Amino acid sequence: MGEEEGLHQTQLLDTMFVRGLKRKCFDGEEDIEGTLAGFKAIPSYNLQRQSLLDMSLVKLQLCHMLVEPNLCRSVLIANTVRQIQEEMTQDGTWQMINTQSAGQTSLDRLVSTDILCRSSKEQAEGKLVPVYSTFTKDCEGTQSQDNSEIMSTVTSPQAPRNLQSNMWEMENPQENRGNFQKSLDQIFETLENKSPNTVEDLFSEVDNSYYDLDTVLTGMMSNTKMGHCDVLETFPSQTTANSNSNCKSDLNELDHIVEILVES
Amino acid sequence: MAGAGGGGNDIQWCFSQVKGAVDDDVAEADIISTVEFNHSGELLATGDKGGRVVIFQQEQENKIQSLSRGEYNVYSTFQSHEPEFDYLKSLEIEEKINKIRWLPQKNAAQFLLSTNDKTIKLWKISERDKRPEGYNLKEEDGRYRDPSTVTTLRVPVLRPMDLMVEASPRRIFANAHTYHINSISSNSDYETYLSADDLRINLWHLEITDRSFNIVDIKPANMEELTEVITAAEFHPNSCNTFVYSSSKGTIRLCDMRASALCDRHSKLFEEPEDPSNRSFFSEIISSISDVKFSHSGRYMMTRDYLSVKIWDLNMENRPVETYQVHEYLRSKLCSLYENDCIFDKFECCWNGSDSVVMTGSYNNFFRMFDRNTKRDITLEASRENNKPRTVLKPRKVCASGKRKKDEISVDSLDFNKKILHTAWHPKENIIAVATTNNLYIFQDKVN
Repeated sequence: MGEEEGLHQTQLLDTMFVRGLKRKCFDGEEDIEGTLAGFKAIPSYNLQRQSLLDMSLVKLQLCHMLVEPNLCRSVLIANTVRQIQEEMTQDGTWQMINTQSAGQTSLDRLVSTDILCRSSKEQAEGKLVPVYSTFTKDCEGTQSQDNSEIMSTVTSPQAPRNLQSNMWEMENPQENRGNFQKSLDQIFETLENKSPNTVEDLFSEVDNSYYDLDTVLTGMMSNTKMGHCDVLETFPSQTTANSNSNCKSDLNELDHIVEILVES
Repeated sequence: MAGAGGGGNDIQWCFSQVKGAVDDDVAEADIISTVEFNHSGELLATGDKGGRVVIFQQEQENKIQSLSRGEYNVYSTFQSHEPEFDYLKSLEIEEKINKIRWLPQKNAAQFLLSTNDKTIKLWKISERDKRPEGYNLKEEDGRYRDPSTVTTLRVPVLRPMDLMVEASPRRIFANAHTYHINSISSNSDYETYLSADDLRINLWHLEITDRSFNIVDIKPANMEELTEVITAAEFHPNSCNTFVYSSSKGTIRLCDMRASALCDRHSKLFEEPEDPSNRSFFSEIISSISDVKFSHSGRYMMTRDYLSVKIWDLNMENRPVETYQVHEYLRSKLCSLYENDCIFDKFECCWNGSDSVVMTGSYNNFFRMFDRNTKRDITLEASRENNKPRTVLKPRKVCASGKRKKDEISVDSLDFNKKILHTAWHPKENIIAVATTNNLYIFQDKVN
């Protein structure tokens, strides 16, 4: 049974990456609806759900280098991922995976859109290939250790040590892995606060928060022709820490400057 | 205005014209991205991915005598938007024209608003068919005369010349949208218009380009919490203080600008409760509204989601008054359509002039019409096979499952690359414009 399922899974994954051929996807609408009846139906439902989850994450990871990705599409895909995660949390599948990863607290909060859209992109290329090659060896989605790693990698921001991207480490080198959620909050707080380089920017009407992630992490505003993926891959880890701490001190300085200006 | 199609008194649709390149190899820039008739129906504008606007004009002569209504011929072509590069984000801004909206005509010139992802432009299209002749100081070819050679004076006279149509940008409304503009809508006050992007809606005055008012903002304080975006917005045709906007979660909010400056709190929320028997992981995606259009009367509004068209009575918020299935046979294929991204296709919809029939597009170059009175519907195809003028279009049928009858097409044979996203209906007559990927088809009802 395991082998058969494994083969089936590979075929599913194959079909995912092959475009333009006429094929029938598993299209398990009927299966999904009838899933609560009968234990036998459940494994294939899990498999389908897993494939859908993976497909969604792949979609989020593919980013257009020069043109901005469609926000509506990203939000809809992220919502789908969240829905799947919610369901998996409810039926215990998600819990199982989390407890297998060493010492990490389970994901109480569901993954936010931004993290899904950004962190998936950041774990691009280099991370994606090994993940999928490991996955094809597996049969059951919920049983093996390998799979749990993959699950954590592609779906959870609580990535295992060896796969966690430099960005997260540099942002909070002292943070316990278990407090990852808190560190994510911190990151996004920093990013939401505009971290302008000049006083003019502070009063600019243009909404900067959309690309703050880029500017903070890369520390460079004039990096042309690089999308999110490229930039973060080539980024040296030291600069990140500096630019992040600089942002906070810059902000304090700016407050100080503004105070002076206002008083004068 | 007569009904959608079928027997009896219903309309029979005939091929009239097709515009655009013949070959199958579609140039990306030629992909049509918007189609819109002006308020009289005399002009038909299209926008494409290359940032160009092409305007067709209906022939006026011989309308009484001829067997068909006037043909549409090219009236003006101009480059509306150019690609830009946002240096701050290191991203290209596409020149693709997302929407064109005509302004009601106030004088001899025509005005339209065209927008790409970030910038809206007001274009003036004017005709010049006379020119002055007989200057005193200039020769006919433009060379200046020596004043000393002038012995008599004359008054320059206007003489007819070949018609010249000029398009000039009169206003450029820029830098007000962080996200991609998906809608523009002219207000019935003839002075203002709105533009909507994924998270915000701005109100503009047509004369003022350096300022706009933000009237809706659904951006969460924490972008992490973003789960819903604005997908379309439109002003009410008669009430200048009322507009609606639709969302990716299948809701429509009606707002009254008199209530407050920032219309974050809706006056009405239109939402149909979900059918639990049809629930799947794709439920939310297919409920996302891709287009919203008020009826000409202003009493109803129509929304298009992935599988259906819904008509809402503005006085009833809890459910639509009518629902029409566009291509229900796709419901069992949602996973494949999610995989190939077709599930994210944004289909538009439109009303006929009397609000009795609605039309929307589908795949395989099919488009559908629903007659609200007779409850009959028809599926037609935009294809070059039927391209003899006055050829009556044959109704098409998709076979969902089981035995395929003759002339039916099975779901698996549908070409999902041939999608009709943009359609428009003449405001007064039974003339429709249907855009396939790079061709514009014009169909008319059969005139006896």
